[in-house]
Amino acid sequence: MDAQDLLHRTSFIELGARSRARQLLDDGSFRELIDPFERIVSPWLARQGIVAQADDGVVVAKGTLGGQPAVVLAIEGAFQGGSMGEVSAAKIAGALELAAQDNRKGVPTRALIVFETGGVRLQEANLGLAGIAEIHAAIVDLRRYQPVVGIAAGTVGCYGGMSIAAGLCSYLIVTRETRIGLNGPAVIEQEAGVAEFDSRDRPLIWSLTGGEQRYRTGLADALVEDDVDQIRSEAINCFRKGRPPACRSECVSRFLHRLAQFDPAAQVTAEQVARIYGEGFEA
Amino acid sequence: MNAREPSARGATWLAALTHGAPLRSGFPPSVRVADAKLDRHAARYIAVVPDPANPYARARNGEVGLVEAWQIARAVRDVVDADRKRGEKRAIVAIVDVTSQAYGRFEEAYGIHQALAGAADAYAAARLEGHPVIGLIVGRAMSGAFLAHGYQANRLIALSDPQVTVHAMSKESAARVTQRTVAELEALTASIAPMAYDIESYASLGLLWKLLKLARPDAPTPADLYEVEQALIGAYEDIRHDASRSLAGRLSAGGRAASVRVREKLRAQWN
Repeated sequence: MDAQDLLHRTSFIELGARSRARQLLDDGSFRELIDPFERIVSPWLARQGIVAQADDGVVVAKGTLGGQPAVVLAIEGAFQGGSMGEVSAAKIAGALELAAQDNRKGVPTRALIVFETGGVRLQEANLGLAGIAEIHAAIVDLRRYQPVVGIAAGTVGCYGGMSIAAGLCSYLIVTRETRIGLNGPAVIEQEAGVAEFDSRDRPLIWSLTGGEQRYRTGLADALVEDDVDQIRSEAINCFRKGRPPACRSECVSRFLHRLAQFDPAAQVTAEQVARIYGEGFEA
Repeated sequence: MNAREPSARGATWLAALTHGAPLRSGFPPSVRVADAKLDRHAARYIAVVPDPANPYARARNGEVGLVEAWQIARAVRDVVDADRKRGEKRAIVAIVDVTSQAYGRFEEAYGIHQALAGAADAYAAARLEGHPVIGLIVGRAMSGAFLAHGYQANRLIALSDPQVTVHAMSKESAARVTQRTVAELEALTASIAPMAYDIESYASLGLLWKLLKLARPDAPTPADLYEVEQALIGAYEDIRHDASRSLAGRLSAGGRAASVRVREKLRAQWN
């Protein structure tokens, strides 16, 4: 990208969840469900001395995308690390469930999920986990009718149970700035020791789990610049392609085949993963 | 019992419920798969068990690692594929005693999140295809490991026992992430049910179909085995008589008022 491009683009990452959702949907079509004025807040945070947020960190927005009915589920990384509590997870799962119901009635509603999340909100632990299981269930259901597209763009990244949700999406769009992983570096360090994973070693973290590496290794479908227009047009492009012949999470035998190609006792490098996974997973 | 000590419960209950049926070959030692009857019906039973010789060092204590997750997916999808044209879809029983997901650099680099998605997807697909899927929690059901192995089941059954626990993260890690001491965390779990580690608190959230109190969960007596089998049969029948293949049954028990309210509001505002 040259300087001229930089001047003309609008950063997606710098936007909050609400603006992201608005920018993704067709002009003027944004309509928020359960907006902050309804104050459906977490019933669990206040009693732990934590200030709740009026939208619980998730924006549910209906509208159109490329002229088709769509719902955008945008997670706000600035509130509690984009973590999933009872309300925030129910907003995502509930909206996906309604989108699937639309499709069963002949309305081709599609869903776009903007991941910016550390996973389960530990202050609501088991209700976050249960909610995430319902998000997984809803993605797998809706995906039978329409592609479910995930975007991981920002620096909070996409972790925990929500990285599994990203792994269930029909298509996943990433930027260089983001990371996708199951276990956050600090948790691996806590559970397995600093020699296993040094949570302060940012180059290591990005080289193995950053958006570019995930794209290079076939664990994401599109690598985009931090640019609203580019991200939006890539999302529209994914929906135009329609449902893939098989989603990544369905390519069981190919992944097992790839896993058999390396020595788990050897030190892992980004190049090694790219070499083995770079051959793809489709059956 | 130390939280890190390998548990034999998964293996014990798989052997008991399948009455010693041979394990399916072609799976690694950490993933046990056996086919046996559930009442009069054919069923597949799947458990993840500790394997001290696991070539993946971070998956030796009953964790769900890269290979375990993809092999669970295979064990489930084989049944779905084989039954595609059958009227009566086989039951699938996930016997849950999983320490955690595997925590490692290797695992992250090779996309353990994608592997767990593969397993969760397989169970969800089986459920949507009409297979009765039952999660039987006999030990630990931790975090990503439980999401991959059991949480997509139509019905969840757990043993009421101090070693049975469902949670998102170990106490030590949860304390670090939330910037609390373990003592502060434990004080909060006493009053905030979703944060608690005991199975009775979990049951109060309405996520379990049944909670069973047994005499000897580590070495089941004939009466213990009978009670679990009856519960599995009951769950099987309940699923068969339910037109829904969704997880909606987990919302109706009363422990998740906000989850229900959010859905009602979304429905009212949807169109």
